[in-house]
Amino acid sequence: MDDLAGLKTTPLTDWHRAHGAKMVPYAGYEMPVQYEGVLAEHAAVRERVGLFDITHMGEIFVDGPGAEAWLDSLVTNRVSGGAVGKVVYTAMCKADGGVLDDMLIYRLGAERWLVVCNAANHDKIAAWMSGHVPAAGVKMDDRSDAVALIAVQGPDSRELVGRLAKLANLRDDIAALDFYTAFTCPGVTGEWIVSRTGYTGEHGYELYLPNADAAAVWTELMTRGADFGVTPIGLAARDTLRFEVCYCLYGHELGEDITPLEAGIGWAVKLKKDDFTGRGALVAQQAAGVPRKLMCLEVTGRGIARQDARVLHQGRDVGYVTSGTFSPTLKKPLALALVEAGVPDGEVLIDIRGKGVEARTTAFPFLSARAKGDPRAVRTLP
Amino acid sequence: MVPGDRKYTQEHEWILVDGANGTVGVTEFAAHELGDIVFVELPAIGSSFKQGDAVGTIESVKAVADLYLPVSGEIVAVNDDVTASPELLNGDPFGRGWLVKVKLSVPAELDALLDAGAYGELLGG
Repeated sequence: MDDLAGLKTTPLTDWHRAHGAKMVPYAGYEMPVQYEGVLAEHAAVRERVGLFDITHMGEIFVDGPGAEAWLDSLVTNRVSGGAVGKVVYTAMCKADGGVLDDMLIYRLGAERWLVVCNAANHDKIAAWMSGHVPAAGVKMDDRSDAVALIAVQGPDSRELVGRLAKLANLRDDIAALDFYTAFTCPGVTGEWIVSRTGYTGEHGYELYLPNADAAAVWTELMTRGADFGVTPIGLAARDTLRFEVCYCLYGHELGEDITPLEAGIGWAVKLKKDDFTGRGALVAQQAAGVPRKLMCLEVTGRGIARQDARVLHQGRDVGYVTSGTFSPTLKKPLALALVEAGVPDGEVLIDIRGKGVEARTTAFPFLSARAKGDPRAVRTLP
Repeated sequence: MVPGDRKYTQEHEWILVDGANGTVGVTEFAAHELGDIVFVELPAIGSSFKQGDAVGTIESVKAVADLYLPVSGEIVAVNDDVTASPELLNGDPFGRGWLVKVKLSVPAELDALLDAGAYGELLGG
C-alpha cells in the first residue's frame, strides 16, 4: 500500500475516497489514480465527458506594469501583445536551453497574468521566478494552495459546463470561447476562471476556483451530467489520454536535460523575440542542428515498451522511450522515444526487459486531437 | 473472494491441483491491484521450471508484473484465450482467466503454500 500520510489533499479528496478511487502519492499530493478503471475512464472522455481533479497544479499570479516584459524574458513562447483572455503554452528554460517546466500563461488583464505550472515542478518554478523577479513593477502571488482546478473534458463538455447554475447567464460566452482562451467571472466565494484548455486532445474546459467553491461545483457537474454519463477520471487515464495525442509530459518528453526543440515543441519557442533565458543556447542548437528528436513508435512485436527502454537502430543504441503504454483507443502498444536526429523512419528494436522487440515508426500524433473545432469530428484512425 | 479449493502464494498466484497436474493463475486481488490488464505473455509448452521461477508477464496499462510458478514442473498447457483477450484476467481470474497448467515434479512443494484461510489473512480479511 502506498503511504499517504502527510500528503497534501484537495477540496475533493474526501469525494474521491468516498467514490472508490485508488489514491496514490503524486507530487506531494494524495491524488486519485483511477476509479472504475483506466480503460473505461479513458473511453468516457473520448466519447462523452469526464471530470478531473487537477488541483495539484501550481497557480502563480503575476501583476504590475512590468509583468508583461518580465514574463516574456522568462519563457520561450511570446506572451506579450496578446489580448486579455489569451492563453499561451510555453516552456521555461535554463540558460543552457534545458526545460525547467512547461506551463500555461494566461493574460487576465492589461497587467494581470496567471502562470500555471506542473505540481512536481511548482517549488522549483516558484523559486526560479522569485529569484528573477525585478525589484519594482512586478508582484508575484503564489496561490497554488488556495486555488482548486477541475478539468471538464470530452465532446459533451461544452453542454455540461453550460449547465452550471453560476454560469447560466454566460452560456453564450462559454460556447464562444476559442481554444486557448479564457474569461474570469464572479464565483460563489471568489473569482472563477473558465478556460478552453485541456490535456486530453478533446474539446474541454479547465475551471479555476477558490478552494471553498470546488466541492459544490464538482458535485453539481456530476449531478447535471448524469444523462451524459459524466465520469470521474484519475491520473492514469489523464496520462493515456495525453499520450495518444502526443502532448508532452514533464519528466518524460521534457526535462532539464532536454530542450524544447528536441521535444518537438519548437512551435512554442520564438527565437526571434527579445532575449529570454535559454535563447542563446537554443539559437546555437538550431544553427548546429537539433541533435535529438521525438519519434512515434508502434510496437509490432510482443510486449509493451515502457519509459527508459532503450531504442536500437541497426544494432546501435540511439535513444530511449520517454512514454509507452497500451493505447486504449488504438488498442495496440505505442511508444514515444527520444532518439538521435539522424534515425530514419522505419524499423527499430526496443529493449523490453532484455529482449529486442520489433517496433516501427508511425505518424505523429498517434491520434489526432479534436480540442479545436467540432468536438465530435470523426477521427480517421491509422 | 478466495476460493477454498486451491492453494496460494505470497505473490498472489493460485494453483488448483487435479491429480498430477495443477492449474495456475493469479488471484482476484492481484488482478484488481494491477488494474485493466492489456497484455499477457506465457511460457512455451514443454518447458520446465523450478518453484518461484518467473515464467510469464502480466501487464496493465500502468504496470508490469511477473508470473511466478508456485511449484516446480513442466508446462503442459497455456491459456491462449487469455493471451488473446487479456481482460479475461480481470473478469474471471479464478476461472476462465487461468494462465498455465503444470505437471508437478515435486508435489511436496504444495504443503508449504497457503490455504485459502491463510491467504485471506494475508489480504487482511
